[in-house]
Amino acid sequence: MKLAVLPEPLAGIPWRVILPLVILVCFGATVLHSAAGGSFHPFATSHLVRFGVFLTMALIIRLMPRELVVMAAYPAYVGVLLLLILVELLGAIGGGSQRWLDLGFIVLQPSEFMKPVIVLTLATFYGALPPGMTGSWRALLPAGVLVGLPMGLVLLQPDLGTALAIGFGAGVLLFLAGLPWKWFAGAGAAALVIAPIAYFFALHDYQRARVTTFLDPESDPLGTGYHITQSKIAIGSGGITGKGFGEGSQSHLNYLPEPHTDFVFATMAEEWGLVGGLLVLLIFGVILRWGLTVARNAPDRFSQLLAGGMTATIFFYVAINLLMVMGLAPVVGIPLPFMSHGGSSMLTNMICIGTLMMIDRWSQRSRSTSFN
Amino acid sequence: MRPKFSSRLLAESFHRRTFVLGAVQGGVGLLLAARMGYIAVAENEKYEMEAESNRVNLTLIPPRRGWILDRNGSPLASNRADFRVDIIPDRLKDADAEITTLGELLNFTPVELQDLRDKIDKAAGFQPVQVADGLDYDTFAAVSVRLPELPGVVPQRGFSRFYPTGPSVGHLIGYVGTAAKEEYEKEPVPLLVTPGFKLGKDGLEKQFEQVLRGEPGARRVEVTASGRIVRDLDTREDVQGKPIQLTIDGPLQDYAARRLGLESGSVVVIDCASGDLLCMASMPSFDPNSFSDGIGRVEYQMLSENERVPLRNKVLKGLYPPGSTVKPMVAMSFLEAGLDPNETVGCGGGLRVGNRVFHCWNRRGHGSVNMSKGIYQSCDVYFYHFAQRLGMDVIAPMAKRLGMGQEFQLPVASQFFGTVPDPAWKLKKYGKPWQSYDTVNATIGQGYMLANPLQLAIMASRLATGNKIMPRLILDGKTPHFDSMDFHGDHVQIIQKAMSDVVNGPGTAGRARLPIENVLMAGKTGTAQVVGLNIGSGKGGIWKHRDHGLFIFFAPFDKPRYAGAVVIEHGGGSGAAYPIARDVMTFLFDPAKGLEALHAMEQQWGGTAKERFDAEYARRAAAAGIDVPPVPEDQATIARLVDAEARAAAAQPAGVATEAVAPRPEPDVLDGAEPR
Repeated sequence: MKLAVLPEPLAGIPWRVILPLVILVCFGATVLHSAAGGSFHPFATSHLVRFGVFLTMALIIRLMPRELVVMAAYPAYVGVLLLLILVELLGAIGGGSQRWLDLGFIVLQPSEFMKPVIVLTLATFYGALPPGMTGSWRALLPAGVLVGLPMGLVLLQPDLGTALAIGFGAGVLLFLAGLPWKWFAGAGAAALVIAPIAYFFALHDYQRARVTTFLDPESDPLGTGYHITQSKIAIGSGGITGKGFGEGSQSHLNYLPEPHTDFVFATMAEEWGLVGGLLVLLIFGVILRWGLTVARNAPDRFSQLLAGGMTATIFFYVAINLLMVMGLAPVVGIPLPFMSHGGSSMLTNMICIGTLMMIDRWSQRSRSTSFN
Repeated sequence: MRPKFSSRLLAESFHRRTFVLGAVQGGVGLLLAARMGYIAVAENEKYEMEAESNRVNLTLIPPRRGWILDRNGSPLASNRADFRVDIIPDRLKDADAEITTLGELLNFTPVELQDLRDKIDKAAGFQPVQVADGLDYDTFAAVSVRLPELPGVVPQRGFSRFYPTGPSVGHLIGYVGTAAKEEYEKEPVPLLVTPGFKLGKDGLEKQFEQVLRGEPGARRVEVTASGRIVRDLDTREDVQGKPIQLTIDGPLQDYAARRLGLESGSVVVIDCASGDLLCMASMPSFDPNSFSDGIGRVEYQMLSENERVPLRNKVLKGLYPPGSTVKPMVAMSFLEAGLDPNETVGCGGGLRVGNRVFHCWNRRGHGSVNMSKGIYQSCDVYFYHFAQRLGMDVIAPMAKRLGMGQEFQLPVASQFFGTVPDPAWKLKKYGKPWQSYDTVNATIGQGYMLANPLQLAIMASRLATGNKIMPRLILDGKTPHFDSMDFHGDHVQIIQKAMSDVVNGPGTAGRARLPIENVLMAGKTGTAQVVGLNIGSGKGGIWKHRDHGLFIFFAPFDKPRYAGAVVIEHGGGSGAAYPIARDVMTFLFDPAKGLEALHAMEQQWGGTAKERFDAEYARRAAAAGIDVPPVPEDQATIARLVDAEARAAAAQPAGVATEAVAPRPEPDVLDGAEPR
């Protein structure tokens, strides 16, 4: 997508994704402005600043060459894995669970990095795997280890939501890599057996409560069901056109929990109604569709898988968050990309966007070289 | 064999599978859109309501109660603006310390403090307990200032019920109070547990609760999830309850109640034209003003230990043998049965029936007695004689026609309607045949016969007018029309004249003559025996053993305008009753003259009923300290307890009477007013 009027360096930039992103982030900032009681401080300003910083970062990622990315994949994986282990060790020494590394000038959450990194690593792995081995155990076992290690470490933290996000990104990548259908069928069947067992033996009490509450939120409207109930009230009371900017009683009077992070969509829907909700869905649709288009047009197997996996990672965030605020999924702490206030998720998602823009650039270049 | 996996095949599979992935994403997107549409459009109304109920906190404002007015439009029950302090027990942090502090601020005595602790112990946590009301502004302000250290203490501005004549209307109007647990369970509306709300607990306040209650106001405030008030939204004013207007004449009611003085008894006055109940006084009574604040333990002890049962409405729930007051009724039954009023019988002080002699109250005898003399001299032999001839089957139906044993359509919780015995009744109740002495007892209003004062007043009004007068308590703008009793010829005039002679002629109640020119009151005395001669004379001795004094009356005798009855429990005879009737009627025709008499008497008694009550309370409170047993759990049960006692007391004479009752002398005659 080239615009002739723009100078060459700008013309190559994929406005097709940046424009919807900017709209979404600005809309998010508007909602955060309202959630802060009609003030840019403390949410909206930092939201916009972060987006500016991370967008720059994404544009830098975009310029990276394929060889560098492939080369960096495994070292990056090992690095993040070591950070996860470090977090676990610090947690064990400090007593109690820990998810963050405080480096003094920045607080890092290594599990967040693992989401794009696992996609990158697996894409590298399958990109290098000879096609004939796709159906053999050698296609599955190393990948299983690569996914299993970080997932296990994150589950130890314990952070079910992030572990599932890692698992989902990896799973989609395996699927796109062309692994036999029956393996997925088998895994699905195994999950059906394991899920109830895990529910009773592996989950923590608070996690179990979230699942039970999800199945019947009204059973405990003031306890664990409170989040879902209040979120549905916020969305439902918004109606078609919403209560108006700054008029949401659910968020302003603190009935809605986390109105600026996990439940930002409910905050938005209360004030902007169904119209605002459909706009958000539409923009996410545009972004994700662009991601899949990038994947389909990617020049080689590695970049195809990488693009597909990155799109799936963003999709997982969006889908789980929206399903949760509408009462269709249990409450897991997953924010809504580009709208929720919070650095980590914005960083992860902008890495995904940057990677997709990078692949988009590769494919443009390979097309132009092949056509020359 | 074609390789299963190749670059080309994998690329094809990738494209297929990205399509699947895209489809899944699109599907989830559609699902989300549909879900959101469903929540925001289809369920919008439900969630909008829930958001509102989250946001808006409704505080009810108790409605002002409707007034209860007397026939002239003056309030018998009204409302008074006041300052009040409530406690919500659930919200107390350090109950003991806070109550102590509050007690100091409000200058509570140890007794009052103990009462408060009792109330809080018994209260159902969420339910506010009134600590004090009717506070002056300074005290109210003193409490308000200390609020930060008194969580759970709620100062309020509101209205309290005010009964200007206090004890005079206690039984009639009842009182109000905070809702008891059972009342809330029966009618679970939030208003009932709203601080400051009181509902009718007894009497008319209870009967007309829904009319008097009104619509609560509401204050809507916006609150955060943690309950902090953000702003006031709007306030809806309460709608005051509708007033009800009674047929009662307020001043007359008050006069009669006060005129009863130290006695235990009741006064009923009926308007003969309309059946309006002008007065239904019953004393001793309680002060509904202080009852409405909740009954303290000293007050309760005072009321429950009083053998004169101040908690019983004696007009409706006092049952007494009517004594000689039935004689005009019996005479009317004779007339209607065809007896010539001039037919005489010789009274020698007694009458032999079979092998027994039945005495007249006057053992020296009345000589030759016709009907008129039988009534005004209350000659028992006259009635024994003709009752033997005409039988109980003539008397009992007449008693019922005139209102005895009847229940009247009145807005009251309960009436005891007594007994009019006849052979069938006795057989059914005791399985024993009617005896001649039963007839003898019945003709002089003793034995099984029991009536309440209202019935006696109705009997007087029906005899006086010959109309079937029905009592009413609520003024509804209609003028009732009564059927005639269809008494024959001049029978009504004969009775009127004879009853006038009781007072104005050579009768038993000469001192009942009204001190007013041209108004002659007619009446009939009655003395009802409570215990046999073997226990007491009925005149003195233990209060409980003294005779009841009764008097039925109407005035003016030839054109009856008012009728009524006075019953004095254990008054020692009819001499205790008719002076009261005389003064009440005097007040009705000439208030100043009536009051003059009353004031003189009240000076002797030590003040009005209210003043005496307060003095007694102060004396007991000082003597008792806090070692007084607490008030029963629920105020409503107090009334029930009394009901039970009343019924038990009423059931007492229902043991099989095996003896003829020896009639008691009529006092005036003993005092020297010999038959002329």
